[in-house]
Amino acid sequence: MKKSSSLIKSISVGLVTLLVLVILAYGFTVTNINFEETRSERRVASLTRILRALAHPRIFDYEYKEEDVEIPFYLGCPEGGVEFPEVNRSEAFIVASVACAEPKETIVVEGYNFQENSSGPINFIGFSADAPEGVPLQMGSFQADAQGNFRVEVTVPNRQIKEDPQAIRATGRVRVGSPTISRDAQVTWEKIVETVFMALLATTFGTLMSIPISFFAARNLMSDIKIPLSNISLSLVGWPLGMWLGLKANQILVNLLSPLFNSFIPTLAGTIILPILGFLFIKWILSKQDEDAELKLKDRFVNLLYTIAAAILVFASILFVGKLLIQIGIYLTLDKEAPLYFIRRFIFQVGDIIIMLLPAISALVGGGLFGGLFGKFGQTISDRIAPATGKIINLIITPIAGAAIAVLILQGVDWFYQFNNPDITLYWPAGIGAGIGLAFAIKASPKRSLPIGIVLYGIIRTILNGTRSVEALVMAIVFVAWVGLGPFAGALALGLHTVAALAKLYSEQVESILEGPLEAIQATGANRLQTIVFAVVPQIIPPYISFTMYRWDINVRMSTIIGFVGGGGIGFVLQQNINLLNYRAASVNMLAIAIVVSLMDYISSKIREKYV
Amino acid sequence: MLEVKNLSKVYDGDVQALKNVSFTVNQGEFLAVIGLSGSGKSTLLRCINRLIEPTEGQILWKGQDVTAASQDEMRRIRRKIGMVFQHFNLVSRSRVITNVLAGRLGYVNPMMSALNLFPKSDIEMALAQLDRVGIMNQAYKRADELSGGQQQRVGIARAMMQEPAMILADEPVASLDPVLAHSIMQYLEKINKESGVTVLCSLHFLDLVHRYADRAIALNDGVLMFDGPPSEIDDEKFREIYGKDAERVG
Repeated sequence: MKKSSSLIKSISVGLVTLLVLVILAYGFTVTNINFEETRSERRVASLTRILRALAHPRIFDYEYKEEDVEIPFYLGCPEGGVEFPEVNRSEAFIVASVACAEPKETIVVEGYNFQENSSGPINFIGFSADAPEGVPLQMGSFQADAQGNFRVEVTVPNRQIKEDPQAIRATGRVRVGSPTISRDAQVTWEKIVETVFMALLATTFGTLMSIPISFFAARNLMSDIKIPLSNISLSLVGWPLGMWLGLKANQILVNLLSPLFNSFIPTLAGTIILPILGFLFIKWILSKQDEDAELKLKDRFVNLLYTIAAAILVFASILFVGKLLIQIGIYLTLDKEAPLYFIRRFIFQVGDIIIMLLPAISALVGGGLFGGLFGKFGQTISDRIAPATGKIINLIITPIAGAAIAVLILQGVDWFYQFNNPDITLYWPAGIGAGIGLAFAIKASPKRSLPIGIVLYGIIRTILNGTRSVEALVMAIVFVAWVGLGPFAGALALGLHTVAALAKLYSEQVESILEGPLEAIQATGANRLQTIVFAVVPQIIPPYISFTMYRWDINVRMSTIIGFVGGGGIGFVLQQNINLLNYRAASVNMLAIAIVVSLMDYISSKIREKYV
Repeated sequence: MLEVKNLSKVYDGDVQALKNVSFTVNQGEFLAVIGLSGSGKSTLLRCINRLIEPTEGQILWKGQDVTAASQDEMRRIRRKIGMVFQHFNLVSRSRVITNVLAGRLGYVNPMMSALNLFPKSDIEMALAQLDRVGIMNQAYKRADELSGGQQQRVGIARAMMQEPAMILADEPVASLDPVLAHSIMQYLEKINKESGVTVLCSLHFLDLVHRYADRAIALNDGVLMFDGPPSEIDDEKFREIYGKDAERVG
């Protein structure tokens, strides 16, 4: 028994080994592994050329004093031979060991009276009808001694034999004057700065966006959010309605106030008065509010009106600030040569961003306000009303909610696929959504709370994972199409990828916090927001800082190649230089990348050490 | 004041932590909950302020059904019930004063507190509570710089910030040495006797129960085994509560 099992074991080991070999063999074919090619002379020569060029980054430019010396030379000896050419021995001159040679033959070239210690290439110059100027082909290079003399062996190139004389030319160079920073190095400096800032902006944007998202993607915070069906359905109706109302309110308010923005003084006045008014108003509301009092319906309504009024005030203040910044920015950026132009431009851009984001903010605020309000109403239905009545109410509102959501989703899908068919975008989704809603309303008891938190968590995680799986390089292609070539597209692509990646990393940190403080803060009667601020945030600050630094590090590395697809930064020049076979310039670019990346690596690890 | 009726809790995976537990707590009482580890003491305390959702039964707090309370009502109930924990459960990276002020979260405006803005009166009250437990000079240190005994005093100060009608103490001295244990228990006693706050405290050591509690209830495997004055726990009762092979220490 024992023997047979050991036999089976060794056979199976043999089979597994065989299988591994077969898999590897297939892999060799698929990946085109061919070392014969790597040994071929042509390949080795080109490898040598590239590696040598890369080893000579063109950081400094020198001025050279150059002298060309040329003698005629025959490729392929004509019958009867040729005379050695006459040379002027009072100047620099070269002598070849033969006056003619067959291709691939090795000859000796001697040079005299060159500049002391000069060096340079020895070229074979091929003349033809197409190129009367001659085409140089390097045969070798020389280094003259202190007397200006040299002697080198070179190989005649493998060219077609010609009757007419060709030439050998030695070019002697000596550096004069002090070195200057090369054009390549200057461009590299500009682009590496662009690269680092691209990474910085992407990281900043990504961090700001991903912090709030990370709370929604943390299982431990989301898993105990359970609310009854009536609350869910009414929120689902309230959110889109509120967002629509918010957008409308935004339009109305902007139209209403737009005459004020034509000149500077009213804009400035509004920017000063409105925030003060808003602040005083909010302070007044807060002073009126009594947390202990049991609220009546009328009080709730009044509170809602106050909240809306406060929201409008805050909104108008932001609008005024944005418009003011734009006006100041336009005034300041009239002169492009003015000092600190970048700060002037920044003022304009911030204003522009504020104005651009306003509709989104107002939609979110409107959605939150109405979603919350409707949800609260739904909660009251579940808490206060008898189960039978609650069931009937659910049977009415849940199908409506289901239909509304399904139609909204299909409207979004329609934007991509352009069905232009109300059957697909309206009637069918409304019917199916209502059906699903009805099924929920029948199944779920009106008093029971449903785990909506974990559903939301799942949805957000899926979106994050999907976004993260698209490489920033691919995103950059889309953004280049949208905002054009340049670092802005790269920063947007990196930023979006950073949001997805950081939100996941952050949320995992939230999931690993200590439960104890969370429990203690909840026990004091704190609501969800307070629990997060007091129990979660203090615990996650160090890992958040650490991950942000880590991400900046990654973004710097990513931004060096995002230019390959047009995303700006150093990758853009690097790719150009590689395509133009300008390896010495490419070498400068790569050197800069290496320095910046290792510097970032060092700095980020130092900062992380400090905070963890 | 607090009435627990037929309370049961079944965790996911069919672990029954509480079986049909009923008892009442009177105003101003110092009630000890005893029992072995895993007998359901922590679950019982956490069911009272619904940090853990009970599976069945009713909890009446001043006549109001806690198990059926809405979120808003729960906030009002919880802020009147302070809680002290075995592992203190302070937010270790926050300052002591912030930890104490967290006790007011059930009272203050959520938006203002989220910006870490508390009314001046609350800050004065926090300092006074720290003074009461003798560590006012530590108020602006980080919580994790304090020793275990000091941290538990911060925990008590945090609970007292809630101006509680009752304090739930979940083995408040189990991770402290005997001397510190007595000092913490004396603070609880002081709160109970001077401020008239009802205390519901789970304890391991019977001598502490004898010394501080007016009344004791005992749990064994989720079942209520005993309800009466500590002096009535004789050897027979002791073995009922702690099992046949248990021996008394301390």
